[in-house]
Amino acid sequence: MNGSMTVLRILPEIIFTLTGVAIMLIDPVMPKQASRKPLGWLAAFGALAALIASLYQYSLPVGTAYFGVVQTDAFSVFFHVLISGIILVSALVVLDAVHPDTESLGELFALMSFGAVGMLLMTSGVELLLVFIGLEISSISTYILAGFRRKTAKSPESALKYFLLGSFATAFFLYGIALTYGATGTTRITDIAAGLATSHALPIAVVGLAFIVIGLAFKVSAAPFHLWTPDVYEGAPSPIVGLMSTAPKAAAFAVLLRIAYEAFPQLQNHWMPLLWILAAVSMTIGNLGALRQKNVKRMLAYSSIAHAGYLLVAFTVLSTDGVAAASFYAVAYAVMNVGIFAVISHAGGYEDRLTLIEDYKGLAYRSPLLGGVMAFFLLSLIGIPFTGGFFGKFYVFAAAIHSGMIWLAIIGLLNSGIAVFYYLRVLTATYTKPMDSSPVLNVPRVSAPLCLAMALTVAVTLVLGIIPGRVLSMARHAAETFPVFSTQQTPVPGTASAVMAAINTKAR
Amino acid sequence: MNSIGPLTLLTALPIAGAVLVLILKRAQKLSRAVAIVIAVAALLATLVLWARFDSAAPGMQFQEVHTWAPSVGLTYHVGVDGLGILLLVLSAVVVLMSLAASWRNASHGPVYFALVLLLEAGLFGTFTALNFLHWFIFWELTLLPAFFLVRLWGGPQRGRASVQFFFYTMVGSVALLLAFLALYLATGTYDFTTLAQMAQNGGLAAALQQNLHWGGWSGGHIALILFWAVFLGFAVKTPVVPFHGWLPDTYSEASSETTMLLTGAMSKMGIFGFLRILLPIFPAQMQEMLTPLLWLAVASIVLPAFAAWRQKDLKRTFAYSSVNHLGYCVLGVCVAAKLTGVDPSLAIEKSAALTGVLLQIFSHGLTAAALFWFVALLERRSGGLRGLEDFGGLRKIVPVFCGLMGIAIFASLGLPGLNGFPAEFLIFKGAFPLAGWAATAALLGLLLTAVFLLGILQKVFFGPLGKGQLETKTDTNSSSLPAAMRDLSTTERFALAPAIALMFVLGLYPQLIAGKMAGTVTQWTTPATSATEAYKTTAPKHNAARLEAASGAWLIHRKAQAGKAQVAD
Repeated sequence: MNGSMTVLRILPEIIFTLTGVAIMLIDPVMPKQASRKPLGWLAAFGALAALIASLYQYSLPVGTAYFGVVQTDAFSVFFHVLISGIILVSALVVLDAVHPDTESLGELFALMSFGAVGMLLMTSGVELLLVFIGLEISSISTYILAGFRRKTAKSPESALKYFLLGSFATAFFLYGIALTYGATGTTRITDIAAGLATSHALPIAVVGLAFIVIGLAFKVSAAPFHLWTPDVYEGAPSPIVGLMSTAPKAAAFAVLLRIAYEAFPQLQNHWMPLLWILAAVSMTIGNLGALRQKNVKRMLAYSSIAHAGYLLVAFTVLSTDGVAAASFYAVAYAVMNVGIFAVISHAGGYEDRLTLIEDYKGLAYRSPLLGGVMAFFLLSLIGIPFTGGFFGKFYVFAAAIHSGMIWLAIIGLLNSGIAVFYYLRVLTATYTKPMDSSPVLNVPRVSAPLCLAMALTVAVTLVLGIIPGRVLSMARHAAETFPVFSTQQTPVPGTASAVMAAINTKAR
Repeated sequence: MNSIGPLTLLTALPIAGAVLVLILKRAQKLSRAVAIVIAVAALLATLVLWARFDSAAPGMQFQEVHTWAPSVGLTYHVGVDGLGILLLVLSAVVVLMSLAASWRNASHGPVYFALVLLLEAGLFGTFTALNFLHWFIFWELTLLPAFFLVRLWGGPQRGRASVQFFFYTMVGSVALLLAFLALYLATGTYDFTTLAQMAQNGGLAAALQQNLHWGGWSGGHIALILFWAVFLGFAVKTPVVPFHGWLPDTYSEASSETTMLLTGAMSKMGIFGFLRILLPIFPAQMQEMLTPLLWLAVASIVLPAFAAWRQKDLKRTFAYSSVNHLGYCVLGVCVAAKLTGVDPSLAIEKSAALTGVLLQIFSHGLTAAALFWFVALLERRSGGLRGLEDFGGLRKIVPVFCGLMGIAIFASLGLPGLNGFPAEFLIFKGAFPLAGWAATAALLGLLLTAVFLLGILQKVFFGPLGKGQLETKTDTNSSSLPAAMRDLSTTERFALAPAIALMFVLGLYPQLIAGKMAGTVTQWTTPATSATEAYKTTAPKHNAARLEAASGAWLIHRKAQAGKAQVAD
């Protein structure tokens, strides 16, 4: 393999690194009073370039580079595209929400770019140590971003909580890697499966896997590892919440998928029930918790726990359908969540002027555009047809029913019924005529970057909801990169049991 | 693949209209006029389809098939049989009535009109779709404009009512979706016609047995579970009695013009589901569960009638009366399910019941919409009052209003000569021989309907005028009510006249509808094989190839079934 090819395999990572470094270098030499917004545009263009590079990676042949630690395949590229896209939209949202005089704005954009490097490495890494390093890079960036409003009380508190619990989680993850190494003698994800077959210390591998799952469950805020989520989302600046509730989670889900299906397919009888319980508990706790919230950001935090649960439902399916559904749901969820936080960041502002659901009363009357977009994303989160949320849920539950997970599907669908309540509460608030006596809510003019961000997210959500075929086939293609499924052709609906049987025989 | 048929254009028309109305938002008058014009055009278009609809032919007409998202079994497949075309016309009529009623309501701005048009598009889509997913998308889409119509224009409790409405319907929809996912898994198709064929030749239960491994349940058991899930979806929408909790609040809190749409057109989505999905796809399960179903039907007839009797609010009374009337439809469908398959002995009763159901669908839509229109007119004149006790002796002040509303009330209680009578008569004619006890019990509902409707007539139209009323009302702000009341204006009379005329026409000449329905009813009452042939032969020639493709799935399946049957022999 020639040298240029190796570089191409980590091209998006390189672009993000260069963008971050460039921002760090330019920031100090800019005059003190000058607006830092050009740096934001630089970050956005960096993300756009990374997005294009990720799309370009689809044309690369499947293969590894740098001593086999990174792998380019349909799966990693799928998540590269998603994460680059999220960073792009988030950069636009931050550009819109912050004041020109916000302190150390340059650092904020640099951290976003560096965090993206970590997330991308998580999805393309096939060496657990590299995945760990990627996880740390992305986590540390998000810890700092969460505490970016230093002068408020809540933001540093949120950052500290996030940091302490997050460190525990990464420690669990690292310990899990160590135990896996002890049991199998390798940390390469692709070799672990072979190592397990000859391992004499399977129980240690099981414990290692459990630790890895705990570490990742924390990162995706699956219940019962979710306790940090509401506090952190409440305290962190809204535009950052839009980012950190989607991109790091998508990356962590990708890692979990890869580890579960590529490294430990033999242990599926161990991890499948575990994920089943995580899924059921996350959906239920997330939705019940969200019902009681008065603060929009806390409500969306609980809703993100619930959505992590829906996504985990697809994990338990053990077929290409399941992995494809999980990947598709990750896209649908990420797009609508980034979209709704774009509106919240604009209406609430960087300083969180509006936090309660009541504050959103009459938003649609003050700004029909913002109200309409907000309503659209709420409907998508509910799962109304013609939005990405509908087909996301549809695929997940279809896959679950395919593989006989009837109870999980029923729990999930009941939960999506509960979810209607709290989303509608916000929706009705936005469309309630405000009292004359209530304080006038000043919604600043919608700026160009926000328009762009909203247009992008709305368009993608609509595409996912009306013509989902292409994205789904990409997700399916991504799922087929796992060797567990490679012996199978694309399963025709109705033959999910056949795939299951194939996995089972392989496992034995 | 690219030719666009009349049904697609029909669905697109109100959407285009809604967009146009929103564009012209600034010019209030003009945009509202545009909305009315679009509604009239939609009605004319449905009438043209009605005229060109071949009444004798069974099966779907005006069919259209396009690929949409084949990977998930989503096909764009539309077509109408008698049921579909009837509901298209009804939706167009009710939407036009509702918009006409809103014309003088100043609070209903262009956005309201646009939402109503969107709702109309959703209804058209629902009533023409023949692929479950495609149908489901429209089914859910009608919920959105309806939710906003209730949420934004209505009484003080509208927020709670709209959320309740949305939530109930969502739960029903979720059950529906779950059941159809399982069906798709087992059969590989979402096509209603194909699924119905499979159900009739026994392929469905076999497929469920073969492809779903749910804890060792047999195909029959799974089918039964799926049946109840689907039933739940429609029972909430229609509604059938224990699932009607959302209805009284929603109907009474929504503005009366919106309630016209909810009861006149949207409640028919549930009955449509019963006839298009439940009866053809789960005939065996309906038969098996006939007794509980009949109990539910009777409960939906009798209990709401009692409830309506006790109400003090005109809108709540009519809301409960709506449940009661749709209960007759459910009864008709249930008794028709008693005899599925080859049993010609009671075919006449069965077709009577089904024709009755179809007549009742239209008749109730028309009457209920008219009644809520009258309530809207009354509310506007009385400043929002609609309690039974608030009025009295209206006949002396507003005779024309009372006369016309009286006709609608009599139509609702089923007076011979008006549209309610032939429908309910046919349903009972079918129900008595097929399920005598249920029909007898349901008669109680008929009696109670007469009691509470005549009660309204007596309290509101007759009774003491002025004096008694003024005495009780002196301390409230409505003391000047009777004096201020105007009778119907000429425009209002002209607007109402066609609806009232239609009640007489349908009462005296029900054949107008029943005649068109003949082919469809025959298809429902005859055994499977002939219907299959009919489905193939009635397809338009130029569409034949596409239909072959669409029906290919079930053909293959049928062959497989036949093969299996031979092996079993």
